[in-house]
Amino acid sequence: MSSVPVPVPVPAPPPRPGRGGPLLSLRGISKSFGAVAALTDVSLDVAAGQVLALVGDNGAGKSTLVKVLSGVHPPDFGTIVFGSRTVTVPSPAAARQLGIATVFQDLALCENLNVVENLYLGRELRGLRLDDVTMEVTSRALLDELSATIPSVRLPVAALSGGQRQTVAIARSLLGDPKVIILDEPTAALGVAQTAEVLNLIERLRERGLGVIMVSHSMAEVKAVADTVAVLRLGRNNGVFDASDATASELVAAITGATDNVVSRRAGRPAAVPPETAVPPPPAGADPDRSPRS
Amino acid sequence: MTRPAAAPDLPAAGPPGERRAAPGPRRALAAASARLRGGDLGIAPVVAGLVVIWTVMQLLNPIFLSSANLTNLALESVPVGVIALGVVCVLLVGQIDLSVGSVSGLSAAVLAVLFVDRGLPAWAAVSAALLLAVAIGWFYAQVHNRLGVPSFVVTLAGLLGFLGLQLWILGSKGSINLPFDSGLVTFAQLHFVPPWLAYTMVAAGALALYATGHARASERRRAGLPAPSWRTPAVRSLALLLGLGTAVWYLNRDRGVGWMFVLFLALVFALHYLLTRTRFGKAMYAVGGNAEAARRAGIDVKAVLTAAFVLCTTLAATGGILAASRLAAANQSSGGGDVNLNAIAAAVIGGTSLFGGRGSAFAALLGVLVIQSISSGLTLLNLDSAYRFMVTGAVLLLAVALDSAARRSRAAHGRA
Repeated sequence: MSSVPVPVPVPAPPPRPGRGGPLLSLRGISKSFGAVAALTDVSLDVAAGQVLALVGDNGAGKSTLVKVLSGVHPPDFGTIVFGSRTVTVPSPAAARQLGIATVFQDLALCENLNVVENLYLGRELRGLRLDDVTMEVTSRALLDELSATIPSVRLPVAALSGGQRQTVAIARSLLGDPKVIILDEPTAALGVAQTAEVLNLIERLRERGLGVIMVSHSMAEVKAVADTVAVLRLGRNNGVFDASDATASELVAAITGATDNVVSRRAGRPAAVPPETAVPPPPAGADPDRSPRS
Repeated sequence: MTRPAAAPDLPAAGPPGERRAAPGPRRALAAASARLRGGDLGIAPVVAGLVVIWTVMQLLNPIFLSSANLTNLALESVPVGVIALGVVCVLLVGQIDLSVGSVSGLSAAVLAVLFVDRGLPAWAAVSAALLLAVAIGWFYAQVHNRLGVPSFVVTLAGLLGFLGLQLWILGSKGSINLPFDSGLVTFAQLHFVPPWLAYTMVAAGALALYATGHARASERRRAGLPAPSWRTPAVRSLALLLGLGTAVWYLNRDRGVGWMFVLFLALVFALHYLLTRTRFGKAMYAVGGNAEAARRAGIDVKAVLTAAFVLCTTLAATGGILAASRLAAANQSSGGGDVNLNAIAAAVIGGTSLFGGRGSAFAALLGVLVIQSISSGLTLLNLDSAYRFMVTGAVLLLAVALDSAARRSRAAHGRA
């Protein structure tokens, strides 16, 4: 990469369409693994009813940031303000307790169990004589609220499509009544129709007044559902954009750190794909076996 | 690879009582046949297998289905059946215990030494044998959890090691007889349920089945969930009453139902409740299905594995104690020979998946009935263990082949 990096470390502007002040604020978050600085002085704000897209190239620190927020890796430095309190997130359980739910890319569903059992896994009602009636009623109501297209909550998860599984995973994270929900590449392994289904779902999460942090690689999706786009590059903030104003090429420039990059050169070629659909290749971490199941 | 094409027929393939589905016997039958075609075989194959085996054995030797032989068959099934219950537990969490035979033999030896040689009361000797088994299960789990040694290897070491311990405990004599008048032996050999009590228990069981079925159906209906019709619990209860009633009547023409068999049934029901109606049971299925998902859901996977190993070795020891009581002796071959493989085979033949996360307590009951029926039938035909091993091996192969085929079919129907 011979071109000049774009120096746009902008301080995070107040979130635009959010209701009230930020619900979750990160200030100066740093995290190193040995000699590798995965995150350096990262700041981020998300408000209730706001969809924040977190974008960046492979190795930009998106996953590390998600893990910091979900309590998998506590940060080395920096503060996390949740609501109006400064908090620490030492463990996944602590994150859930605070009201930060994370849906990881691999969903972590048990295929041999049905939808209700998966939703309530590890927190079944009445442990010594399961209250499956209440669990089934609540599950059905929750999925209906999300307008999920799941035929029966008593089907094993193995019988569901990729989009339906994503819905189940998101619904499960909602059971704890979180304030902020983090979706790690929710559409990475999905087909066209299923992607649309999940994007609708994200909009309904916003309508419920949740703060949504969505990690994504697809500029089209980011533009479609996000309110704000935060770009990470090499473990640092590299700009916060308003999703309705920013163009895809601006975002790509911020992601790659160059106005002249492989994506823009491709876009400039005759008969090249329009920039709106110019999507970086899927992440190296995406497991090719995790294609949508039939 | 796309889902939408297959999606429309999902509701029909679902369990009975779909949303907005009209309940009824025809609907239930259609759903059951759809499940079978989808590869969700449940207990159907093993029940069919049992019917075939019983028919063939009866044709070859009319004594097979006599009251006397079936009474014996029921009692003979219990020790291996109890061990198989434990094997179901470890298979469910996706592990294996190859040492159940050695552990059962070791506990028989411990029981005999403490009870006969040291003169301890029976309860103390039994408790000591069970406690030792708990410690063994805990040890397996620690080695597996902390060192990451596959359970196959840990328990293979246990198979050899605890067989050695059993021989060492028994000493040079190699065999210790339990007194015939002791409670253990009379319980296993001579105590049968009096007919009136047996019928009362059957009636109480049928009544309980009806009451719980009715209560759950009305609870679901009140909550607006699909529920079986009013008739379903009554029909089930009546079927149980007639089926078990006939069985008890038939066995009562000979000695009747042994208390040891009642104990086995009680253990089966207790494990069934634990697996299906408690948080711990769901955790076991979850760990067997996807351990990482279970961990992320906040389940203590290591604790669940520990519990499964401890349940397995404890049930293996219980089986060993019952076997020693029935034989009225513990010797160097206690728990040896085919006990180990029969117990594992019983769990698998009954429908417990070797791949984890699939199976039920009834698998042990049905599987052990298949194995003991083969054994009893061939013994009646004066065929020695050479034939028994070959036939049992063939049946085991058939059962696992069926499991694998069903697994493929489930994958094809999106129900893996």
